[in-house]
Amino acid sequence: MNTDTEARALEAARPPEPPSATRGALRASGILAAYALVFTALMSFAHQMTLPRILASIQETRMRLIDEVLPRTTYDNELLDDGVSVTGAAVSRVWRARLGNKPAALVFETSAPDGYGGRIELVVALNIDGSVSGARVTAHHETPGLGDYIDPKKDGDKKTPWITQFTGVQTATLTPAQWTTSKDGGVFAYRAGATISARAVTRAIGAALSWAGAHREALFAAPADARLDAEGNWQP
Amino acid sequence: MNIHALRESTYNGLWKQNTGLAQLLGLCPILAISTNLVNAVSLGLATVLVMALVNFVIASLRRFIPYEIRIPVFVLIIAALVTVVDLAFNAFFHDLYLMLGIFIPLIVTNCIVLARVEAYAVKNKVIDSTVDGLMMGLGLVWVLALLGGLREFFGTGTLFAGIEMIFPKLSALHILGEDYPGFLLAVLPPGAFFALGAMIAAYNAINARAARKP
Repeated sequence: MNTDTEARALEAARPPEPPSATRGALRASGILAAYALVFTALMSFAHQMTLPRILASIQETRMRLIDEVLPRTTYDNELLDDGVSVTGAAVSRVWRARLGNKPAALVFETSAPDGYGGRIELVVALNIDGSVSGARVTAHHETPGLGDYIDPKKDGDKKTPWITQFTGVQTATLTPAQWTTSKDGGVFAYRAGATISARAVTRAIGAALSWAGAHREALFAAPADARLDAEGNWQP
Repeated sequence: MNIHALRESTYNGLWKQNTGLAQLLGLCPILAISTNLVNAVSLGLATVLVMALVNFVIASLRRFIPYEIRIPVFVLIIAALVTVVDLAFNAFFHDLYLMLGIFIPLIVTNCIVLARVEAYAVKNKVIDSTVDGLMMGLGLVWVLALLGGLREFFGTGTLFAGIEMIFPKLSALHILGEDYPGFLLAVLPPGAFFALGAMIAAYNAINARAARKP
């Protein structure tokens, strides 16, 4: 529109050339460094101010998700303070729910790398008797209206959302091959038109439950904040 | 700032040089985040905040920014202020922050922010520049609100879904009833293009009609 006049105005506003190119460059980089310093300080200050609030929000969000898969009445310890991390296995973080200091359930984060829209993050709870307490999708990029029924908030079936079929399943009664959709010879339902999302979630939940079930004793024995490897050996 | 300049800034931002309908800048967030009203308006308001702040800061510092390195300095300032807004969203509207995800940090790359700095804030007074940023941003907000509202209404039959993330006591309006089967196209990205196309057509039609009248 009036970019020409603007460009000319800018040209006119341009200050005279500095005496030497080196001095000009040094001056410019000094000024740039000063700006970088001032604005990095501003960001650092904002970070310090918001950090406690952000950490509290993350804990609150996490607790709300865990409440959906494991009722608070089933344990009496500070769940989020009783976690361990796992590397190289199907699960990444595990929290131990205890009732009267006895193991009650395991809550773990896992993910399905092979969703239709990329990685699907999940949280699953396994009761000490081997039954599934619940599973929820925490983050996904599945197609809205098609594959996003894996998230009960987006599921059109409000009475029995798809993900609730895992609740109450007794893990001991299923073989690993059955942990997929009925289309692939498994025992779990899927919705026509979006098999990939359901398959990814079902397999990931199956793999995570199988690992957590097999390493249950190690998971409960490890001290809080320990790191476990894929075999269940831990270092503090 | 005089009344004339205020009126011109308002008219430019909200209508004549509207970011979404006339300049077509920053289409990526417009199309990606406008699946519902709450997301669209929230990202729009975050953009308003960033634009007003950035224009304010740069207009205040304009005498201390050498011409040769103005672009790196602008980008530095924009990035820092967006980071602050991002942190504030994370701290105070955590659920909304999770929903908007990458689009808050991506305001850095929204060319409308840099464009207003380069075209306006760097050579105008502090108050004028702040108002310019505010109005340009508000122009984006109403387009985003209309687009998000239309897509949500036709796509899922609701309005204000997700409002509880900002005001925990409120809940979504199910305008077309709980049993509305949904209209997938409106929610998917192509629906955003169709809706924005229709809005641009209407915008041009209104301008053409106004131009015909003496």
